[in-house]
Amino acid sequence: MILLDRVTKKYPRAENQVALDRISIHVDPKEFVIVIGQSGAGKTTLLKLLTREERPTSGKIIVGGIDYDKLKDKDIPLLRRKIGVVFQDFKLLPNRTVFENVAYALEIVGASNKEIRNTVPRVLDIVNLKGKENSMPRQLSGGERQRVAIARAIVRQPRILVADEPTGNLDPKHAWDIIRVLEKINRYGTTVLLTTHNQDIVNKLKRRVITIKDGKVVSDKANAGYNIGHEKKTKNA
Amino acid sequence: MKRKLRTLSRIFHNGAVNFLRNISLAIAAIAVMVVTLTIVLFSLITNATFTNTIAQITDKIDVSVFLKDSVNSSQTGQLLNQLKALPDVKSIQYLSKTQVLQQYEAQNAGNQQLATAIGETANPLPATILIKPVNLNQIQSIKNFLVEPNIAAMQSAPPSYSGKQETAINRITHATDVLRSVGVVAIIVFVVICALIIFNTIQMAIFNRRDEIQIMRLLGASTRYIRGPFIVESSIYGVLAAILSVIIINVAFVTTSSTLQASALGLLNISYANNYFDNNFWQLLATQLIIGIVLGAVSAQIATHRYLKFKTK
Repeated sequence: MILLDRVTKKYPRAENQVALDRISIHVDPKEFVIVIGQSGAGKTTLLKLLTREERPTSGKIIVGGIDYDKLKDKDIPLLRRKIGVVFQDFKLLPNRTVFENVAYALEIVGASNKEIRNTVPRVLDIVNLKGKENSMPRQLSGGERQRVAIARAIVRQPRILVADEPTGNLDPKHAWDIIRVLEKINRYGTTVLLTTHNQDIVNKLKRRVITIKDGKVVSDKANAGYNIGHEKKTKNA
Repeated sequence: MKRKLRTLSRIFHNGAVNFLRNISLAIAAIAVMVVTLTIVLFSLITNATFTNTIAQITDKIDVSVFLKDSVNSSQTGQLLNQLKALPDVKSIQYLSKTQVLQQYEAQNAGNQQLATAIGETANPLPATILIKPVNLNQIQSIKNFLVEPNIAAMQSAPPSYSGKQETAINRITHATDVLRSVGVVAIIVFVVICALIIFNTIQMAIFNRRDEIQIMRLLGASTRYIRGPFIVESSIYGVLAAILSVIIINVAFVTTSSTLQASALGLLNISYANNYFDNNFWQLLATQLIIGIVLGAVSAQIATHRYLKFKTK
C-alpha cells in the first residue's frame, strides 16, 4: 500500500542537513503502523512526502499504486483525495463551521448535497462532535479541533489515513478517544500511519512501530513498545 | 454535466459566503475600489462634457460673407451652390437684408435710440451668407474661393471670420485639440492606476488567507475549485464598488450641481454633464460594472496563482 525505497530528502535551504536519509519502508494494506522519533527526527517530513507536499531529493515512493515519479502536477489533487490526512496543527478552515469543514472534503470530490447531509453528521457522531456542527473552529478546544480534523480525514473513507501527532495537544482521555477512532477506521480496512510521542499509547497499542532517528530508520518491529534508543533495525514487513 | 453544475454552484455559493464572512476585509477592498471607480466615472463624464463644450464653441464659429445690395437673386443662388460644392463647407445659411435687420433689431431690442435711428434710414445692413466649416483648421479652400476677383466683387466688405477673431479661433482650436487628447490620456492613466491599486488591495486580502488556500490544496481541491470562490468574491467587490460609484456621482450631481456650475467658471457645462449622466446612465453603469468585475476577477486570478503552485524541489 505504501512503499518508500531509499528515499532521501534534503531541504533546499539546508543542503548540508539530511531530513531523511535513504529510508525504506513498506506498509501492507490494512496495516496499523506507528512512527516514533524525537522532534526533528524526520517524521513530519515523511508524511509530507506521502502527501506530495514535499518532493524527495532521491528515491522512489509508491502509494496506493501511484508512482510519485510519474505523477503530474494536475494529478496531485487526485492523489490527495485518496489519502486522509490529520495534521499536527489541525489545518481547519477558519471561516467555516465544523460541518462545513468536514463537508469541504466531500465537496471537493463532487459529492451530492444529499450525500453530504447524510455522511457528515454520521462522521461527526463517530468523533463525538454531535451538537457542534455550527461552531466555528475558534470556538472549539484543541481536542475538539483535532477531532474535526479526524472527521474530515475519514469522511471520504480513504484507503490510507496518515495522522501526524493527532494526540499531541490532548489530555490522556481525549487522546485515547482519538486512538479508538483510528483503530475503528483501521478495522474497517483503512491503512493507518500514525506518528506520535505518546509513550503510553505506543506501549498499549502493541502495533508495528517504526523508529526514526536523525532521518534514518533505526528500528522496525511488530507488536513493539516505545523505545527511541539505539536499536538495530529488524526486518518486519 | 450535473456534477459540473453542482461544482459551479458551489463555487458561487462559497464565494458569496466567503464575502459575508470576511466582511471587514471586503469593506476595505470595496472602499478602495469605490474611490478609484468614482474617479474613472468622473473623468469619463468630464471628458464627455468637455468634448461637448468644445463642440459648442466650434459650432459658434463661422465665416460671414456680406453681399452688395446690387447682387441679384440668381447671382446669390449661383454663389450659394458654388459654396455648397466646396469640400470644407459643412453648411451654409443665407440671410436676406430684411432677415439681418430683424436679427439686429432683436439683438438690440432694449436700445430705443438705435431702433429709432434705424427706422429713419433705409436698411443699411447687407444680405449675409453664414458658412460653417467642417473643420476649423481647414478653411483655406473657403478663403481662396472668397478672394477670387469675381466673387470678391459681389461682396460689400471682406469676409468676417467670426468677427475677425481668426487668431483667437486658431488658438482655441489648438487648445481644444490638446485638451481632448489630454482627457483621453488622463482616462487611460486613471484606469491603469486604478487597476494597480485594486490589484494590490485584492492581493493583500488574498495574502491574509494564503493558509486557507494551502489547506484546500492539501485536502486535494482542484485549482479551479480553490480559485473560483476568490474570483467570485472579488467580482462581488467590483459589482458593489461599481454601483456605489454610480450612486456617489449621482448624489454629487443632485446636491452640488449649482455650486459646481459656479466654480466651473463657465468652462464646463454642468447641466450638460448631468444630462449626459442621465441619458447614458445604463451604459455608464455597465462600463463601471465591467471595469469592476474584470479588475476584481483578474486580480484574484493573478493573486491566487502563487499560492496554488506545487513544490518542484
